[in-house]
Amino acid sequence: MQAAPLTILGYTVTAVCFMYGVQLLRSPATARLGNRVAAVGMLLVVGITFGLIGGTSNWVYIIPPMVIGAVIGAFAAQTVRMTAMPQMVALFNGMGGGSAALIAAQDFRSSVAAGTAQPDITWAIMLSCFIGSISFSGSLIAFAKLQELLSGRPKTYPLQTPVNATILLAIVAIAIYLIAVSQSLPLFAILIALSLLLGVLFVLPIGGADMPVIISLLNSFTGLAAAMTGFVLSNDVLIVSGALVGASGTILTLAMSRAMNRSLFNVLFGAFGAKVEAPGAGAAGADGGSIHPTTVEDVAPLLAFAQLVIFVPGYGMAVARAQHDVKELADELERRGVQVEYAIHPVAGRMPGHMNVLLAEANVPYPQLKEMDAVNPDFPRADVAVVIGANDVVNPAARTEPGSPIYGMPILNADQAKTVVVLKRSMAPGFAGVDNPLFYKPNTLMLFGDARQSIANLTAEVKHQ
Amino acid sequence: MSNGQTLALGAFIFALAVFVGFLVISKVPTLLHTPLMSATNFIHGIVLVGALTVAATAHDALGYAISVAAVLLGTLNVVGGWAVTDRMLHLFRRRGPEERSPERPPASTPPPADH
Repeated sequence: MQAAPLTILGYTVTAVCFMYGVQLLRSPATARLGNRVAAVGMLLVVGITFGLIGGTSNWVYIIPPMVIGAVIGAFAAQTVRMTAMPQMVALFNGMGGGSAALIAAQDFRSSVAAGTAQPDITWAIMLSCFIGSISFSGSLIAFAKLQELLSGRPKTYPLQTPVNATILLAIVAIAIYLIAVSQSLPLFAILIALSLLLGVLFVLPIGGADMPVIISLLNSFTGLAAAMTGFVLSNDVLIVSGALVGASGTILTLAMSRAMNRSLFNVLFGAFGAKVEAPGAGAAGADGGSIHPTTVEDVAPLLAFAQLVIFVPGYGMAVARAQHDVKELADELERRGVQVEYAIHPVAGRMPGHMNVLLAEANVPYPQLKEMDAVNPDFPRADVAVVIGANDVVNPAARTEPGSPIYGMPILNADQAKTVVVLKRSMAPGFAGVDNPLFYKPNTLMLFGDARQSIANLTAEVKHQ
Repeated sequence: MSNGQTLALGAFIFALAVFVGFLVISKVPTLLHTPLMSATNFIHGIVLVGALTVAATAHDALGYAISVAAVLLGTLNVVGGWAVTDRMLHLFRRRGPEERSPERPPASTPPPADH
């Protein structure tokens, strides 16, 4: 199908809107406008498509699902808690992947039925189905893990890599057969089923701390799947937009793995921490250290009379929804003349930039949010580092223990503060399953309990100082 | 144009878009990585265009079912992806200290159960 010149012009405007929109995302001041510019492009292209399919009699299969999808999508997006944002993004991402796979499947079915199947685009159909299905089932698993419907911990099963490799080979073999030999619909259904299975098996072993990487990767997968449907339907605007998302997702994914000093391969196939849990716990005991539980009453004066306090938020802050209470405590401290900073590790939380979003929600001015390299020199002169539900990103074993699974990962040097206060629910190890020597240091105080409650109590107590 | 030419042109466009993607994205600060991911998540909702295209020509029961599902999922991606991004970016606007976030849960909300 060849597009008319006016249609191509419209597609061009849409592509420019998307690119310029992403460009505007570089600065917090223009980011929201950027998203709106992208929306203009989307409205335009959907409008153009409506015009192109205007003669169809299938509106009954188009309008109702659009209305339902729009209502559910808007409702879910407006009501989800900010702390649940990672799973929401994962879910919407999976929807896009599923849609791409279905589009390719329907195109394959109808071209086989009409006898018009063209081998030179069958490869794109296979890729779109394969990548889209992986993105769909993988995103659903990621959603279930983040929503804690499934355990967030890394899961391993025997022969994991050989099983995945065998499934992948089977998919490739079926795809080659379908492209080169015969276009069999039952085999095609098996290809989709295997791809869905691979998506599940591929995300299931990946642990909580690696979630930002996997969500970003699945996002780029859906982008690629969209680009492939563009090849299937000879639609250039799908190719451009999909490629743009695929490229951006890849960059973000690589940036995340770099922040953990691990290769993407290691993140995907390492099943981080799953096998080291037991020796990790034993090693800390062998150090002979003990933990120092503390109380709100003991911590409050340390904070109230400090000169510099650095908050180190982690996933625990998101789970406890403590960001507003943290901001209140920070306000109280600033009122007393204490300097406050927030140390943001690139992979803290379950989504790239997760902590920034939560603290922005609590009205923390973004200049106070300091990235790792900017804040690490400040720790030695900090009187108190308050670690709120962060674990692996402040684990000094990453600097000192070559045998540790997280050795070499750049961390926040919270242990160099004069006093470290760790807010934690229990002594359970972090998502990486690695024990944390920080907790056993003489200058570390452990404040057990729900982070939100602890912070609120601290604020009340600081006011009395 | 022949099929081969269409395909080659598609590959050309794909390569350029990947390059632009790399250029534009690599300058986004960490602060905005979540909204960025969410915005690109919205952009791949463009599969909706593909879903509409195949839905318009479906002509059997299974085809209708696949079309309905594809359009539904695509719309969810577009609308949900955009609204989530917009809500997040709303948080990054500059605000006076006296203005409270409307989303602050009441202080009396019990803390979530221990996991």
